[in-house]
Amino acid sequence: MSAARDVTDASFATDVLASEKTIMVDFWAEWCGPCRAVSPILDQIATEHADKLDVVKLNVDDNPETAMKYQVTSIPTMKVFRGGEVVKTVIGAKPKPALESELAEFLA
Amino acid sequence: MRELVIIGSGPAGYTAAIYAARANLHPLVIASSVEFGGDLMNTTDVDNFPGFPEGIMGPELMTHMQKQAERFGAEVVYDDVASVELEGPTKRLTLGNGEVVEAKTVIVASGSAYRKLGIPDEDRLSGYGVSWCATCDGAFYRQKTVAVVGGGDSAMEEATFLTRFADKVYVIHRSDKLRASAAMQDRAENDPKIEFVFNATVEHIYGDDLVQGVGLVDTVTKEEKTLDVSGLFIAIGSDPRTHVIHGQLTLTDQGTIEVRGRTSHTNLEGVFAAGDVIDPSYRQAVTAAGSGCVAALDAQHYLEAVAATPELHTQTA
Repeated sequence: MSAARDVTDASFATDVLASEKTIMVDFWAEWCGPCRAVSPILDQIATEHADKLDVVKLNVDDNPETAMKYQVTSIPTMKVFRGGEVVKTVIGAKPKPALESELAEFLA
Repeated sequence: MRELVIIGSGPAGYTAAIYAARANLHPLVIASSVEFGGDLMNTTDVDNFPGFPEGIMGPELMTHMQKQAERFGAEVVYDDVASVELEGPTKRLTLGNGEVVEAKTVIVASGSAYRKLGIPDEDRLSGYGVSWCATCDGAFYRQKTVAVVGGGDSAMEEATFLTRFADKVYVIHRSDKLRASAAMQDRAENDPKIEFVFNATVEHIYGDDLVQGVGLVDTVTKEEKTLDVSGLFIAIGSDPRTHVIHGQLTLTDQGTIEVRGRTSHTNLEGVFAAGDVIDPSYRQAVTAAGSGCVAALDAQHYLEAVAATPELHTQTA
């Protein structure tokens, strides 16, 4: 469905928190329509800004620990991590121009 | 230039697309980039759309409608309409990606958008316990207590759906009479997890990082009370989505696009409207679909009339 790599509760520390590159985690689930809608847009953003930003996906059904730790109560939620810290949270499916402007500082 | 562009991809938009495609108008459907498929994409079982005796899932129904339209040559783009110029014989629509589409006719089927409560902290806690979509967010409230605001069908559906996860679901309604259909009311009233709070409005949402409670005011006694809830689902109706056509199409007092009688004709030649965006009263998937059919037929007849007597229609340009 998506080109983005999956991360899990088990791999979160190494894949996301220890990432040297700025990385955005898309919290999603199979049953969430808006998640499916935003997924191809995130893929496009990832491809167009591959040098600046990594985009990975975390399935909240399979990985409830991480979703709970970051207080995700609405999906899709996109969180940008830098040096293991959340530096930006975007909630809800949005059109590409809106997402790009919210993420502008990480894409420039 | 295209014969017809349809703005919107709910039941109205796709039904218009099916009829227009079958009339060889090769319609372009501008489906929206993230809200394609319309409101039914956020529902679960649809039990009142004729032809599905066992019911059908909302997203599945919309996929069927899209496939049916595409089968006859409708084209679908997943983008949003940023602006429109609807006057004159050539309509121009600018999409989110900057592309400009020209068409002889336009059907506006842009639907409606969820209404907000308009109280402090609603935006701040949106996504942190305040939600407009139980099917999207309900699963995060396992064994918790949540509240639904509203008294219509969508509020009953949200409440009933939330009982799959939550231990307790309050339904807060500003009067003592629900607007929901009898079938939906019965189901909610017979659910042991659902408790109704009548004659109450939500005035406050409490919580620093996550919703922890709501402050209610009794509409009769003016008494205030607090409910401890981890989630607040807002289902108080929706408003017609008209921002893109503002200042060009005439609106009614209710904010819907004004159409002539039982037709889909707006105040501008060659511009038609269908679905929730013209409907302040019924707003069902099946009424939207019917209205989409009307718009496609009106557009088709208009195009035939223009082709027959072009001089009558170019003067207004």
